[in-house]
Amino acid sequence: MNIFFMALYFIAGFILLGVWGLLAMWLERKAAARLQFRVGPPWYQNFADLVKLSGKEMLIPERANSLVFIFAPVVSVLAAAAAGTLILFRAGDAILILYLLAIPSLGAIIGGSSSGNVLAVVGISREIKLLLGYELPFACAVIIPALKSGASTSLAGIVSQQQAGGVFAGSVSGIAGFVIAVFSLQGKIGLVPFDLAEAEGEIATGSQIEYSGILLGLFKLSRAILLAAGPLFVVSLYLGGFNLSSPGAAAAGMLKYLLVLVLMILLKNTNPRLRIDHALRFFWGGLALAGMAAILLAFIGY
Amino acid sequence: MDIKKRAFKRSLWVYHLSGGSCNNCDIEILDCLTPRFDIERFGMVLVGSPRHADVLLCTGIVNKKCVERMREVYDQTAKPCVVVAIGACACSGGIFREGYQMAGPLEKIMPVDVYIPGCPPKPEAMIAGIVKLLEKIK
Repeated sequence: MNIFFMALYFIAGFILLGVWGLLAMWLERKAAARLQFRVGPPWYQNFADLVKLSGKEMLIPERANSLVFIFAPVVSVLAAAAAGTLILFRAGDAILILYLLAIPSLGAIIGGSSSGNVLAVVGISREIKLLLGYELPFACAVIIPALKSGASTSLAGIVSQQQAGGVFAGSVSGIAGFVIAVFSLQGKIGLVPFDLAEAEGEIATGSQIEYSGILLGLFKLSRAILLAAGPLFVVSLYLGGFNLSSPGAAAAGMLKYLLVLVLMILLKNTNPRLRIDHALRFFWGGLALAGMAAILLAFIGY
Repeated sequence: MDIKKRAFKRSLWVYHLSGGSCNNCDIEILDCLTPRFDIERFGMVLVGSPRHADVLLCTGIVNKKCVERMREVYDQTAKPCVVVAIGACACSGGIFREGYQMAGPLEKIMPVDVYIPGCPPKPEAMIAGIVKLLEKIK
């Protein structure tokens, strides 16, 4: 595949995932509103937010390192889109995607630390701890499908193995891995029980506090793309992926995606925000141990 | 009307700025977010940083301690932004008009777009004020 087609794939994936993610974000807000007996925003709300942010003034604080400050959101959104495109076209390697999915958080950390704001520093210190926390169980959740498909880490191999011989979530270690993946994804995207890095009430959106205009919009967009790509990744790893060969198969893939997304939205709306030490104890103590036990189970064939 | 203005009208992010208010107006502002009024229908959300804000909701007489800070927050807000004076104090000084701490009203500190009087104004009054503001934006 030459570089031109790769660029074309990337742009198509970027646009598709951007629209998809903004709609998923609307679903998240709408579901939260309905659960609180409110009406909630209209479907085009996040598009309006993004267009509005692109028309606003872009402020760069005096104490900020302006180069890093501008590049951090750009890098986050590009990495999220790259990971999403690989998942969408089932082209990559699970380990590469794992690596790319960590970059948006790193972008938030670098951008926050370059902005020179005290509250941003509190936010990034939490973000770093969270990153260290959820990456371990998430890696466990990626290893399990790789083991089950005969030590192959290619996403296409994992999906075709499931389409031939039943989904991985049908086994004991598969169910455990699925639950672990959903919880770690919750931390990765920063949904409520683990949104302490951008806690709005106490540290005023943490690492994004100094961002305004289109740079803030890029952070929102990268979160939206993660909201599309993350559940798709879990669907590919555990629920047999999705294919677009027929309308029925596409609808089934969409239903699987919505299942994971709704699970995450319900987790978000039924839990209060955790404290950072509680979150770390949950990820390292409970979830990582469960992940390693699940890997052992997968290794002996359950 | 161009698309950016339309988007601006559909997505006002609100930053709540208190210039020494008695907390009554602040509580009424929070009432707008409750299920009964639910201003998120119109895309309005409360944000935590003035950098993200489109609307500054200012309450209270601006007392002498607050003047510099309020100017600072106004300068930090990403333009275009809209300033709304909430309550009798922010509009005119209210019963504290002759007070020794009075440095306001708000219009002395920053350009005000909408005045919403009342002590405190009802959430309905605030929504009506915002609707008038939206008519003004086009």
